[in-house]
Amino acid sequence: TVMAAPMTNDQSWFYALALGVSFLKCLLINAYHSTDFEVHRNWLALTHSLPVSQWYYEATSEWTLDYPPLFAWFEYGLSHIACFFDKEMLVVPNLNYASPATVLFQRLSVIVADVVFFYAVKECCKCLREDKGKDLLGKPSFILTVLLLWNFGLLIVDHIHFQYNGFLFGVLLLSIARHCQNRHFEGAFLFSVLLNLKHIYLYIAPAYGIYLLRCFCFTQSNADGSLQWRSFSVVRLVILGTIVLSTFAVSFGPFIALPALFKIWHRPNGARGFLRCLVICALGSFMFGWHVHEKAIMMAILPLSLLAVDSRKDAGIFLMLSVTSHYSLFPLLFTTQELPIKIFLMLLFTIFSLASLKTLFRKGGALLNPLEVTYLLGLIPLELICEFVYPLTVWQKTFPFLPLMLTSVYCALGVTYAFIRLYISLLTCSDTTKKTKMQ
Amino acid sequence: MENWSLFSLCVLLGLTSRWAVSFHSYSGAGKPPMFGDYEAQRHWQEVTYNLPVHEWYFNTTNNDLNYWGLDYPPLTAYHSLVCAYVAKLLNPEWVELHASRGYESHSHKLFMRATVLFTDILIYIPAVLLYCFYFCDGSSKQKVATALCILLYPGLILIDYGHFQYNSVSLGLALWGILGLGLGWDLFGSLAFTLALNYKQMELYHSLPFFCYLLGKCIKQGLIGRGFFQLAKISLTVLVTFALCWMPFLSDPKQPLQVLHRLFPFGRGLFEDKVANTWCSLNVLIKIKTLLSRETQLFLSFALTLLFILPSSLKLLSKPNLWQFKLALVNSSLAFFLFSFQVHEKSILLAAFMLPLLVKDGLLLPYVVTSLAFLFLSLYLLSALERSTEEELRLGLYRKLTRHWLPKLNLSRIIKWKFWFSLVAMAALSFTSVWLEPPAKFPDLFPVLVSILSFLHFLGFIIYFNLVQLMEPQRKKSQKKTN
Repeated sequence: TVMAAPMTNDQSWFYALALGVSFLKCLLINAYHSTDFEVHRNWLALTHSLPVSQWYYEATSEWTLDYPPLFAWFEYGLSHIACFFDKEMLVVPNLNYASPATVLFQRLSVIVADVVFFYAVKECCKCLREDKGKDLLGKPSFILTVLLLWNFGLLIVDHIHFQYNGFLFGVLLLSIARHCQNRHFEGAFLFSVLLNLKHIYLYIAPAYGIYLLRCFCFTQSNADGSLQWRSFSVVRLVILGTIVLSTFAVSFGPFIALPALFKIWHRPNGARGFLRCLVICALGSFMFGWHVHEKAIMMAILPLSLLAVDSRKDAGIFLMLSVTSHYSLFPLLFTTQELPIKIFLMLLFTIFSLASLKTLFRKGGALLNPLEVTYLLGLIPLELICEFVYPLTVWQKTFPFLPLMLTSVYCALGVTYAFIRLYISLLTCSDTTKKTKMQ
Repeated sequence: MENWSLFSLCVLLGLTSRWAVSFHSYSGAGKPPMFGDYEAQRHWQEVTYNLPVHEWYFNTTNNDLNYWGLDYPPLTAYHSLVCAYVAKLLNPEWVELHASRGYESHSHKLFMRATVLFTDILIYIPAVLLYCFYFCDGSSKQKVATALCILLYPGLILIDYGHFQYNSVSLGLALWGILGLGLGWDLFGSLAFTLALNYKQMELYHSLPFFCYLLGKCIKQGLIGRGFFQLAKISLTVLVTFALCWMPFLSDPKQPLQVLHRLFPFGRGLFEDKVANTWCSLNVLIKIKTLLSRETQLFLSFALTLLFILPSSLKLLSKPNLWQFKLALVNSSLAFFLFSFQVHEKSILLAAFMLPLLVKDGLLLPYVVTSLAFLFLSLYLLSALERSTEEELRLGLYRKLTRHWLPKLNLSRIIKWKFWFSLVAMAALSFTSVWLEPPAKFPDLFPVLVSILSFLHFLGFIIYFNLVQLMEPQRKKSQKKTN
């Protein structure tokens, strides 16, 4: 695995970026919020007012508790702070209650919970290969920090639409960082915490399971990277047993990822291979899973950011995937007031990722081939048609879902393309692991 | 990273903050019968669209001047007319004569906010970018940092996108004027500034430096010959621009007089509300508003304003270069703010000192966030505190003065301490203004304290900047670093 070079002393830019994005999040407090806002208010109310035994039975509101228990405990904890803002929000029958104090509290809770995400990003930066002597804007850790902290999807889903993804992805990224740092117990523990916070992460459980079984329970590999059966450690297997068992998940996705899982069993490529497999599991489940939300694409993009600042090919795939899937999130914010915000933020993120990754990998030609560039540029006329031209035509009344369908189909092309490329790159990557002793 | 991408990122950040602030409340929201500046702007669209030009500034049955009568020069009126045409296309109810009074709706708010954004993108932001690109010294990274700080300046954002006004138009045009002069395009610069002046009469604060700079330049080129021709060309440009802007009002001599009467309401008194200038602060100790007659007040304010602008203007006249010009702009506007008649606190456009206004508008959250962000950003990006050696702060003169009495004083450290102290004082005042109740005997205690604190700062600034302009030689241009 790749290990860290010593970090530079001046870390102030990290805090500047974190503080800056927090200020932006504060300005968005008054923006549109979706029904997810009421969902979480309801969960605050029912965890506060009812005994634990009733939490999963309570059904006054249509938004019943459908996250695992650890998240319910999280809401319970928040509810104790909520009473200082507005006690009325904790009353279960107060459906759709959204006083200014309630909005302020809920928004602030998301912003504060993001501290977990900040910490995780900091830890991930430690896993990167640093080139000394580069100026700040060209440093991989700076680029990765911006790509993660200022991620467009997280900003509009968490701080406008309203969800707690930042905090959850923080736990995921921290778990990945721990694996990169060879602290596997912590990584596995964090992942099981994550699964108990939101079960959607079952999508990537297979990657964890197989990787840990292969690299952690079998303590040594042969010179060419293949398995050394005799180095099997029963102790480790037992400790990790619970996590491995949960990898046999319900959705269809993991089966699509089977060849990828086989590959990292056969020839694991260290932390990078694990990450790649994780992204593929997430993408595969996104593409073929049951009742998938468009927000689930975030689970593929955020870990892919880590790979993007490390290798040219991954940077190209990341650009394709991130721009396409961020655009696919546009229908989430359908109000006129939020239209400029989503366009400005999308441009901000896209320009930054294009310019910085281009500068990072300037040796070796362009990151995107002309066909990919044309596809991405095609998003501009698509947006103009769907949001500006189409509503003014007669078809708006008779076929109101046409723009949404166009968006989905067009973006599906890009996502599928990225998925296939990632899969190919995993299956054909050369083995660079030497004989390593796994701790 | 390339320059264009860095600059576009700055612009996008600036635009995002602006639009995010616009989600919040505006002046006079939901407060009949008068509402606020937002309603004033809507009303002007209604008036300019429905009434003929010669009625815009007059009190008629159709145009009640007591209800937000037009009190800006004609260019604002034309701008409102253009907006009114667009409004009529979208929803005629927004500009219905009389019936649309106090009209408030979500879509109307979006429309109004959009008009501000549009003019901002058209006029102000390009001017800022060009200014930072051509007239800031330092590496390109420093230019981008300066551009970011200017674009995120809370005062303008909060007033234009929160309270609701169109300052970006007049300030942007004035900035184009400065750009013109800086690039040596005197005619273009004069044209731009004249337009700015015809948009808001507040730009008079900047007019004397423009005049002195151009006059000084012409004199330097020789009043007999090239300089004279240049002066003639500039004067012609200014006069023609004025004539074009005021053309509809020149048919009848009563018209321009009435317009001027609306623009300069001497009848409204020395000051209104709580303003951080001399008269308001002085009024706390000596009730000059009631002690002196209206004429004496006018004379006093005129005399003091003149007194404070004269040194700076004369220096500029003698040495017409860009550095002097910029300093003169600061000094002139500060002098006008502190001493002239009927000044509004918006004239200063400095964030922290508009606190009472913003709290009244329901803009506390964006005020706190943008001020903190701006403060943090300028400190971090422009390393304001690190570059505060005595030389950098041009404290040379102070050094000379105090050397006799207090030789051991480390002036730069004092300045740093003073900075932090000011910040703490401002934060404390903000906090008390919002969370504490003032004592019954002094219901206006907190706004007055804010004004006085601000006034003292401005007084300090005007003395400092005047000293810098009059005494110190221009700092040598730092070596240009390549990116």
